Amino acid sequence: MSTQAPLHEDALEAHHGHSHGHGAGHGTFGGYVTGFILSVILTAIPFWLVMAGVFENHFLTAVLVMGIGAVQIVVHMIFFLHMNGKSEGGWTMLALIFTAIVVLIMLVGSLWVMHHLNTNMMPMSPEMMKNMP
Amino acid sequence: MNQTHTDQVLQNEGAPAFYTTEEHHPENSTMLGFWLYLMSDCLIFAVLFATHAVVGRNFAAGPTPADLFDLNLVAINTAMLLFSSITYGFAMLQMERNAKAETLFWLGVTMLFGLAFLTIELYEFYHLIHEGAGPTRSAFLSSFFTLVGTHGAHVTAGIIWMVVLMIQVAKRGLIVENRRRLMCLSMFWHFLDVVWIGVFSFVYLLGVLG
Repeated sequence: MSTQAPLHEDALEAHHGHSHGHGAGHGTFGGYVTGFILSVILTAIPFWLVMAGVFENHFLTAVLVMGIGAVQIVVHMIFFLHMNGKSEGGWTMLALIFTAIVVLIMLVGSLWVMHHLNTNMMPMSPEMMKNMP
Repeated sequence: MNQTHTDQVLQNEGAPAFYTTEEHHPENSTMLGFWLYLMSDCLIFAVLFATHAVVGRNFAAGPTPADLFDLNLVAINTAMLLFSSITYGFAMLQMERNAKAETLFWLGVTMLFGLAFLTIELYEFYHLIHEGAGPTRSAFLSSFFTLVGTHGAHVTAGIIWMVVLMIQVAKRGLIVENRRRLMCLSMFWHFLDVVWIGVFSFVYLLGVLG
């Protein structure tokens, strides 16, 4: 669309501050198949890593599983949810970035606070636990 | 200066002609609104993930994920949801081609994969509770059942929505309203698959890893 009338599109966007882009976007057959194949690969690898016990180092496996999961989320966002910076004049992307920041603050904050709470608790003996209210 | 001048000219001449040259999509604001709903839903899941991250290792001397989870079952479940995602994509492609029967067919296939997912999940829940590993056993199991159960409830709602839409499409055809609804459900369905990536990676795989 923008190749047909790039000037008009740009003028419209500059003038009104929003585009008439597609909300959810329109996928193509190739796009869905690419997304699907990538997803299958990105799902199979973490399952294989854990089920076959490929690495002795559990921390390395955990980092890889979460990393590949993050990549797969991006793949789904692009190929299935058709995310891009253009749809709705960029508002969907802005909402997504805002949500991601809030989620990050909440996840890291919760883990941080609870970790300190745990480490600062008085150590408990089994006898003390039995006498707990 | 130049830009301001152009803007003034545009305004002075009233509605420019190229307003009409562009195809309008009536679903525009609905799509953005639905996306914002999905983002708020994302926060619900983020809170449940954070809860699981905090209490997910508190077993209360009970069973651990390595004792409970059957990763083969989880892999099959993941495949079901992934298949349902691409078949929904095919339904959307058929909708754009205005092919009503094919759209209904792919929606039906998607629904079957969704039902298979739910059946396997309910079987797993039943199995866990039967083994005495119900939600009341430990903090880990409480947060597990809340997180995975909330996702399952969303899938159930998605399937009900899909059945309703299939009836709508069958009766009224691929009218503008039904297209808008199908696109909303498409975003909802793919979003659930995105959440499931977090569930199988974080809850199941990292849980079994210990």
